[in-house]
Amino acid sequence: METTITVKKTFPHGVHPPEAKEETHHLKIRRFPFAPVMILPLSQHTGKPSKAMVREGQEVARGQKIAEADGFVSVALHAPASGIIKRIALAPNPVGRMTPSIYLQPFPASSQEVLEGTPIDPDTASPDEIVKAIQDAGIVGLGGAAFPTHVKLKIPEGKFVDTLIINGVECEPYLTTDHRVMLEQKDDIFMGIRYLMKVTGAQRTIIGIEANKLDAAQELSAAIPAGMPVSVEVFKVKYPQGAEKMLIKALLDREVPSGGLPVDVHTVVVNVATAAEIGRLLPHGRGIMERVITITGPGVAKKGNYWIPIGTPVRYVLEQAGAKDNISLVFLGGPMMGQAVSNLDFPFTKGTSGLVVFTEAETNSKPQKIYPCIHCAYCVDACPMFLNPSQMGILAKKERYEEMAEQYNLFDCFECGACSYVCPSHIPLVQYFRVAKGILREKKAAS
Amino acid sequence: MNLTQKTLEIRTSPHILSGMSTDTIMRNVVYALLPVAAFAVYAFGLAAALVISVSTISTVLTEHVLCRLTKKESTIGDWSAAITGLLYGLTLPPGLPLWMVFCGGVIAIALGKFMFGGLGYNPFNPALVGRAVMQAAFPVAITTWHPAFTTDRFYNLPDSTLTLPFMAPVFKAVTTATPLAQMKFDHKIADSYDLAMGFVSGSTGETCAVLILLGGAYLAWRKMMNWRIPAAIFLTVIVLSEFFHYLKPEIYPDSLFMLLSGGLMLGAVFMATDMVASPMTSRGVMIYGALIGILVVVIRLWGGLPEGVMYAILIANAASPHIDRLVQPRVYGTGGVKRKT
Ligand code: SF4
Ligand code: SF4
Repeated sequence: METTITVKKTFPHGVHPPEAKEETHHLKIRRFPFAPVMILPLSQHTGKPSKAMVREGQEVARGQKIAEADGFVSVALHAPASGIIKRIALAPNPVGRMTPSIYLQPFPASSQEVLEGTPIDPDTASPDEIVKAIQDAGIVGLGGAAFPTHVKLKIPEGKFVDTLIINGVECEPYLTTDHRVMLEQKDDIFMGIRYLMKVTGAQRTIIGIEANKLDAAQELSAAIPAGMPVSVEVFKVKYPQGAEKMLIKALLDREVPSGGLPVDVHTVVVNVATAAEIGRLLPHGRGIMERVITITGPGVAKKGNYWIPIGTPVRYVLEQAGAKDNISLVFLGGPMMGQAVSNLDFPFTKGTSGLVVFTEAETNSKPQKIYPCIHCAYCVDACPMFLNPSQMGILAKKERYEEMAEQYNLFDCFECGACSYVCPSHIPLVQYFRVAKGILREKKAAS
Repeated sequence: MNLTQKTLEIRTSPHILSGMSTDTIMRNVVYALLPVAAFAVYAFGLAAALVISVSTISTVLTEHVLCRLTKKESTIGDWSAAITGLLYGLTLPPGLPLWMVFCGGVIAIALGKFMFGGLGYNPFNPALVGRAVMQAAFPVAITTWHPAFTTDRFYNLPDSTLTLPFMAPVFKAVTTATPLAQMKFDHKIADSYDLAMGFVSGSTGETCAVLILLGGAYLAWRKMMNWRIPAAIFLTVIVLSEFFHYLKPEIYPDSLFMLLSGGLMLGAVFMATDMVASPMTSRGVMIYGALIGILVVVIRLWGGLPEGVMYAILIANAASPHIDRLVQPRVYGTGGVKRKT
């Protein structure tokens, strides 16, 4: 069935960075070999770290739960491969901080059969059982936030959800994981939606996709199971459309109140890869062992989309992907919000959606001179939250942080980077705002 | 490759930038002004060429010297001093003594820009500050106009041009009245085709509306100028002047004349749009533009001066931070929960 797709909706403001997706968006997701040692941080999500359930020297099977959730805002962790627990010790995270982690050495000759768990039936299981199952499967937001998914699915007393939004926007340049997942895991996605609608009580589901993934939009709308209240909506390409607040604005013309959550405007947003993972894992009672990651950028030879086992060290991935000699900047996630890494001795975690590698050619081409703010208002017209980055930048330089928060809504800034991206004076606005928030938080904690 | 030896850069997101740069914007404003300057030379000859060159040299030189004196890196590379010089030169009458031109350029940069902290901190358009000080200091010289398209304009200079510093210039040659002065004092209205094409007397760069608009259109297309500002100014001027023209057509000129005469085009397109001294929000610039439009009409029709664009913009510059404060954009999520079914 051929579906006509109209592209109209979008949110106000935002920017148009070069998409840079054409090198990987057509590449099928491929398997990645197991690294000789895997490092599994106990804290791969927002919230409390998981509690280890294994001891050093213990043998584990692929898919076996090796750490359990510690409280509600926490999730379980599963062995990405059959192997032996070498150590439980501190290991560096992407920014170099040491966090408790489990070191796993996969058995080289193992068949890597996955352990089956207790299946959860979307029709018979209660919402609470599904919430528990999602937590037990170790599922977090795979779009990059790594927030435990089950937490936002637990609808607070007195609130309701009418629309479930599946986020297939993938507005960050370079990344093509969600695109591939939508093309290759359609059944998993709809299975996931069944669970999600059951838990949230939503009457309808909208899958939001940007116009640069029309093939995915077409295939998905054609594959909607009969009788399922799901629709696919295509947006104009614009960054940061994938941010929950912008997506809700574009789709439903509702605004999440400042400091509030999507559920306050009767919706829940779940990333499409997260939905696919729920649909893939829950029917088998399994947990997350791997995720799709885009490896790309001018600094790697074998660009592509890969199923990478959680815990695979970045160094190993770079070696396998053929990193070039002159690489100079490696970051996790997309170029707009991604985190630059200072060392390569940390592993991929559940929240990582991409690894982009730049060479000296991209980073050294032109030293960016910082000019004073010329009030061009580019940043004001870019900010999707309708803040005034120019004024906040000027105040930040004068260290007037309180004013930024009280008069200019600093805490509504979600650090999308649109303002820094457009600033012709190359003022590191987002960085100023991060620092300002950090200082204000510290002050608050101290008082 | 040996990944262990690798030193990686650590920087904060975003890792890509739009590529737009402040010096690029400023450089393009200069480009957009060049045709206007070229027409000035064509219309007024050598005198205009000298005025514009001296004004530009004076501002760039002042900026450079002041930076050096305060032991800072020279900022002439950002092109903003060149814009100030060009704009300032384009607002001067072609026969103005060159030493006065030079003094005004120094004042524009030193008083209009450097004193406040340089680029980005000037509350007023520096070119207009220079122009306003000149107007106060040399009220006669700066309102002595020379006819355009004289036959000897490419080899003869008005006597006043080369007057020595601090000597009163002699205006022996034929001077002439601008269309605005004619309107105001003689109730004579110039032909609008002549006005649009620049076949009239006036400041060096104010006369050719067509080239000014083309330059503005180029900048607006490159998003280097906020088109809402001239649009708001023009609209306000049209509405107000048509209204008064309708009431008393024998005294008040029609809107076409108001738009095309004097410094309105140059002011609206190139001076009121100074990013630093104008508001930032779309609503803010509308108010700002309307304010300029109202002031221009009021000063022109009832003020003691034939021309009001300069003061109108300076006053609006002063108001611009306040306008900005009044019309901050409504932050997402702060307007209550909209519920649509
Ligand atoms: S980083 Fe913050 S201030 Fe800048 S555009 Fe994004 S939300 Fe607005
Ligand atoms: S984009 Fe940069 S230069 Fe322009 S107003 Fe914002 S902070 Fe100032």
